[in-house]
Amino acid sequence: MTTKLFGEPIPRREDPRLLVGGGRYLDDLGPGALAAAFVRSPHAHARIAGVDVSDAVEVDGLVAIYLWEDLPDRVGEPLPLLIPHPALTHGRTAHPLARDVVRHVGEPVAMVVAVDRYTAEDVCALIRVDYEPLPPVVGPENAVQGSALVHADVPGNVGAHLVQEVGNAREAIEEAEHTLAFRLDVERSASMPLEGRGVYARWDSGDSSLRVYTSTQASTSVRMAIAATLELPLPSVEVVAPDVGGGFGVKIVHPWPEEILVPWACIRLGREVKWTEDRREHFISSAHERAQVQYVRVGFDSAGRVLGLELNILHDHGAYTPYGIIVPIITSTQALGPYKIGAYRVEFQSIYTNTVQVTPYRGAGRPQGVFAMERTMDRIADHLGLDRTEVRAANFIQPSEFPYDQGLTFQDGRPLIYDSGDYPASLELLKSLIDWDSFEERRAEAAAEGRRIGIGLGCYVEGTGVGPYEGGHVQVTSDGRVHVSTGLTSQGQGHETVFAQIVAEELGVDISDISVVTGDTRRFPYAVGTFASRAAVMSGNAIALATRKVRDKALRVAAEALEADPGDLEIVSGIVRVRGNPTAAIPLKTVAVLSNPLRYAFDAEAARATQFAAPGSPDEPPLKEEPGLEGRDYYSPIRSTFASGMHAAVVETDPVTAEIHILRYVVVHDCGKLINPLIVEGQIHGGVAQGVGGALYERMAYDEHGQLLNASFMDFLMPYATEIPRIETAHLETPSPLNPLGIKGAGEAGVIPVSAVVASAIEDAEGLVISRMPISPSDLYDLRLAAARGEAERTSRSAG
Amino acid sequence: MNEITLTVNGSVARVVVPARRLLSDCLRHDLGLTGTHVGCEHGVCGCCTVLLDGDPIRSCLMLAVTADGHEITTVEGLAGPGGELSPVQRAFHESHALQCGFCTPGFLCTVTALLRDNPAPTEAEALEGVSGNLCRCTGYQNIVKAVHRAAELTAEETGPDDDEAVR
Repeated sequence: MTTKLFGEPIPRREDPRLLVGGGRYLDDLGPGALAAAFVRSPHAHARIAGVDVSDAVEVDGLVAIYLWEDLPDRVGEPLPLLIPHPALTHGRTAHPLARDVVRHVGEPVAMVVAVDRYTAEDVCALIRVDYEPLPPVVGPENAVQGSALVHADVPGNVGAHLVQEVGNAREAIEEAEHTLAFRLDVERSASMPLEGRGVYARWDSGDSSLRVYTSTQASTSVRMAIAATLELPLPSVEVVAPDVGGGFGVKIVHPWPEEILVPWACIRLGREVKWTEDRREHFISSAHERAQVQYVRVGFDSAGRVLGLELNILHDHGAYTPYGIIVPIITSTQALGPYKIGAYRVEFQSIYTNTVQVTPYRGAGRPQGVFAMERTMDRIADHLGLDRTEVRAANFIQPSEFPYDQGLTFQDGRPLIYDSGDYPASLELLKSLIDWDSFEERRAEAAAEGRRIGIGLGCYVEGTGVGPYEGGHVQVTSDGRVHVSTGLTSQGQGHETVFAQIVAEELGVDISDISVVTGDTRRFPYAVGTFASRAAVMSGNAIALATRKVRDKALRVAAEALEADPGDLEIVSGIVRVRGNPTAAIPLKTVAVLSNPLRYAFDAEAARATQFAAPGSPDEPPLKEEPGLEGRDYYSPIRSTFASGMHAAVVETDPVTAEIHILRYVVVHDCGKLINPLIVEGQIHGGVAQGVGGALYERMAYDEHGQLLNASFMDFLMPYATEIPRIETAHLETPSPLNPLGIKGAGEAGVIPVSAVVASAIEDAEGLVISRMPISPSDLYDLRLAAARGEAERTSRSAG
Repeated sequence: MNEITLTVNGSVARVVVPARRLLSDCLRHDLGLTGTHVGCEHGVCGCCTVLLDGDPIRSCLMLAVTADGHEITTVEGLAGPGGELSPVQRAFHESHALQCGFCTPGFLCTVTALLRDNPAPTEAEALEGVSGNLCRCTGYQNIVKAVHRAAELTAEETGPDDDEAVR
């Protein structure tokens, strides 16, 4: 019999191949391909006066060197601005190879193709580029002064300016009983998947077809971009995302310069070409995120209810804006979290600097928005002498108030309307799990031992599963196997497992008969991509709908064969049978055979569907609907579904060394119905770990010249196992009313509130106001010294 | 060019490599053993960890010529002769200790050596044992869990009497 699978913590079906070295990541492909390498700018801002390749061309094994002027018109054009927005009045994107000016360290200037990577890098080292340095622009607050410009035609370095307002926030703040105003800083970090980017292209000159493998989160859109740029017919281009060694946002950007240049060179040379990004390249030539300076003004009453909130954001988007202004839009909207704010005004300026471009990294602007809101909640509590959880509870949207319209426009251009949630229940669960109410006793016990501990929390709401759509295709073949495909890509989320769980449950077949393919345009050419915690919601529902079509068809065909009513049939373990009559049954694989009327019996099963074996009515055509037992369907939501969660942590800070240890970390998470709790927990663990990295360790250390000083794993401190606390998780399951499966996204959730939570806990331990993240032991130590000099703000609780 | 002899996963391989060829590149590109991954090429991430004469090393920090004459075990050599997963591999599967799978070969090699030397690690020893490898997906909790699970599986299979034999 078919066991229940939806909601079960079954181990992943991807694992067996990955555990034996059988994964196929980008650099594992194309063993004989030529290798590409790039000469990248060592300057943050410079004019290219000349390029001398005279020594480089002498290297044995060199195949080609390309500069911008070697590219045909269409290939040399600026890369697409993927998400235009009316407020992005000065959007700028890079050329695939720099044309005249470089605008960040790492911008590609020349492409080298050689017999192997070692040789290609030898050639790169011999290419002499004559740069005339221009004044670098670093840091958004410097940039808005406008004294030096990243793009000569962008005054003040302002790419975009957007204001959203609900009610009259300034007036509400002026009239409020209490007001506070403060500044917050969030540093840069980056997705930093362990596999960098990579592209491998094969050209078949016989039939003029191109196959490109790329380590991407959006293979269908890469395909369309390549076809358009290289002016190839779309049906002649296939793009495959093979196993992808992590994405976390950086691989949603496309087409990267290399995704255009590698296929172009492959066609031009008539040879397979591959480029695999190395770690330094990933640091200086892919994308970063997070960096914002925020100014908050808030007015509130004595119960801690927010009456008006004004948030001003300077968002540093780096040198180019290929992904538009999605990140600051998400910060602006998702800052509201689980709260009803009386009046809200948010304004951002998105600023050019001579640094690596900023595009979404897991959380995509939400961690910054949550940081702003949760720091605000803590400040209100401190100002009023209230418990921090009370202030939050006073502002929560109540379960009875859904759907709740925040009155803003979300990142998908749709109204910001929350579908469901139960924030008071989440908070109660969180408080009980972390023993919030008895913490003062523990603080006193620790203090008696000379130890300093603090507790903190953070709440968030995450719009997940943004449109426009995803699709799914499900096919049962005459061997009884079920082939499932969807266009979006996988980077470790376990899609092969969860989508198979959905199909097994919906169709009534054993999961061992199901295989799932993602991110391969040969199998499913229509898709949007994997980002915004959308894969399970979008493709999960699309696949469920496609499966329902297959099931309906199977029942129709079987009903005819069994001379039964389709409504009386059920499918159990791949057998269609009449309910209550196990003898009247037909295997699904036979139904698959019968659904495709045949003339030729290519095997024994097929013989059943031939014209003399299954004659049917002589008065009707043999084919009544599309042949084959398969279905294709799409899911397109009216708007996003909103997951939520609350985290709490207990931290200990060393009174002498200022080392910071997270003693406990508790997560209450609500992503609607869980498809596979094992996988959801894994997503949360990974997200929290990235959050801890962002809160305590990771920063992109640019100097005033625009040099990234820590572009290696030696210097950019990604957490190891010893830095990550044990994460305790609990789930609420508030179903989404918006989709057939009642699910919400879970991919990004873990990372979103962590900086806010850790800041809250350190502030509580130290009695010092924390307003910038990440915070290292040195930062905390300096903050203590500053406080001793009277130059850093203390909390009212500690001061008073 | 240098001709070297490596014993990789029990098979003898003769390869001609330039002196500067990294062992990681030799394994991946000369021998086609692409299960060993390269995440940073400066010895920090641990994705390229293989066993050299039984001990975990960063194959991106060793030249192939330096490994001449040595025995190497890569992730492709961890399963049994019939392809049955090793206790460490099974434990990673059961514990959901991998997501994208890119760092996994390095962890599997590391943990295989760890448990050979210390078949019943404490929590602290397990944590310490995997703390030289980076993973960006899992948050490590399930990897540490898998270390303990692998120890259990190994103990179940060998039985208490064979404990010394394992060492």
